[in-house]
Amino acid sequence: MWSFFHRLASPKHFYRFADRLIPWLGWSTLITFIIGLYLGLIVAPTDYQQGESYRIIYIHVPAAWMSMFVYVVMAIAGGIGLIWKMKMADIIASSAAPLGAAFTILALVTGSLWGKPMWGTWWIWDARLTSELILLFLYLGFIALQSAIEDRRTAANACAILALVGVVNIPIIHYSVEWWNTLHQGPTVTRFGKSAMATSMLIPLLTMFLAFKLYFATTLLMRARVEILERERDTTWMKNMIMGSDE
Amino acid sequence: MTNSSLSKAFIAVIKRDLTLALRTRSEIANPLIFFVIIVSLFPLAVSPESGLLKTMAPGVIWVAALLATMLSLDSIFRSDFEDGSLEQMLLSPHPMPVLVLGKIIAHWLVSGLPLIILAPLLGVLLFLPYHAMPALLATLALGTPVLSLVGSIGVALTVGLHRGGVLLSLLVLPLYIPVLIFASNAIATSAADLSIKGQLYFLAAMFALALTLAPLATAAALRISLR
Amino acid sequence: MKAFFHMGGYAMYVWPSYGLALVILLWNVILPMQRKKWHIASIKRRLRRAQDEK
Repeated sequence: MWSFFHRLASPKHFYRFADRLIPWLGWSTLITFIIGLYLGLIVAPTDYQQGESYRIIYIHVPAAWMSMFVYVVMAIAGGIGLIWKMKMADIIASSAAPLGAAFTILALVTGSLWGKPMWGTWWIWDARLTSELILLFLYLGFIALQSAIEDRRTAANACAILALVGVVNIPIIHYSVEWWNTLHQGPTVTRFGKSAMATSMLIPLLTMFLAFKLYFATTLLMRARVEILERERDTTWMKNMIMGSDE
Repeated sequence: MTNSSLSKAFIAVIKRDLTLALRTRSEIANPLIFFVIIVSLFPLAVSPESGLLKTMAPGVIWVAALLATMLSLDSIFRSDFEDGSLEQMLLSPHPMPVLVLGKIIAHWLVSGLPLIILAPLLGVLLFLPYHAMPALLATLALGTPVLSLVGSIGVALTVGLHRGGVLLSLLVLPLYIPVLIFASNAIATSAADLSIKGQLYFLAAMFALALTLAPLATAAALRISLR
Repeated sequence: MKAFFHMGGYAMYVWPSYGLALVILLWNVILPMQRKKWHIASIKRRLRRAQDEK
């Protein structure tokens, strides 16, 4: 078991492992999405307060959860790369960043689309949306720092420190934004998730959440695979593998 | 390595940075002038009406303080990086986080402290009630060290880059948000004659956290940037 | 069916959300696929050139 993880640390083995896993993950992602969408859009009943508009939460809430989750994954991978100098961990961290940013943007825009019929405006300084916005800034900072430093290893280590600092800060930011929010507009009545949700609405949400998780795993491996191709293109194993697959 | 030689090195770093900073006075003065100008732009841009300015004052002063700190941050490590003395520090037998803390303290003494001294004046310009002045000073006293501490991490990460300036603000400003929220709210609350104990405790907690963690992160970041 | 697409009058908000999600999610799948193809092709090209020179 341990040697399996050890082997994964080498880009060569990771590449093979990713190659084998991606189709499985990809298909299960697709199937879970189809089930989740069917349950969420067709089976789940209409909300008596928000009407059909609540169905946006099946995108918004998983995307918002993922945006936080991906940041933590990024920081852990970065920390592993920093401490044990594992190349694969650096690759995972840098591959996760654009995905996390994409989830954050998705959460922001769907939050705004949900907010328009509920609040009457496209944007409101609601605690969740504000936190997402700040999280987007953190992701953009990470990506900007990464592209500013030319040397790969330096970039990965610098970004790892930034991600770790960010992870310490996210709970503080989150708490302060919540506190600031309740102070300025009182607790928002129409908040996702907080009120007890009917099971018929909760199951599609959990399914969609699972689909997003699988999707993240798939695309993370796909990105990591490209990253390995880019970094290892001059190694013999890469040349052998590519020429081997040619014949 | 004895303790006394470490504390000597620590004080030597602070003294050295202070002398260097006092030699180039414009570097101290420019962020302060910037601070005053930014604040005085608001009445011109929004309205000179005292009621409106009074409600805006805490936020405006704090946002200006953030931006002024951003401007001065680069000087923590930039010149030492360029003349190679930062590398010498890394090679010295003393633990890097302690030396880094010395540099941060020196930075705060030349950038944060003058902000605190100037702030009441700007409070008057923006019609901040006099009884909120102690709150203004207290939040700045607790908040600006956090800005210097957290900012030093960003500077350490970007010091080796040619155009690190804008990137630095992109990295650091989001991390300043909690300080901004609690500090400006504390001043506004105090202006409304309410207790601000909670906000001050929170600022103090952030100060303690930044004081313990930021020098470690900065030292690690410097090691990476100088590789 | 028509009622389904109508979304109780909220179609204007629900469908753009799902559409955007589809675009972003697909984009993140297609992009690495294309980059993978491109990289493999470029490595092959370089190897062939190296072989021709020999």
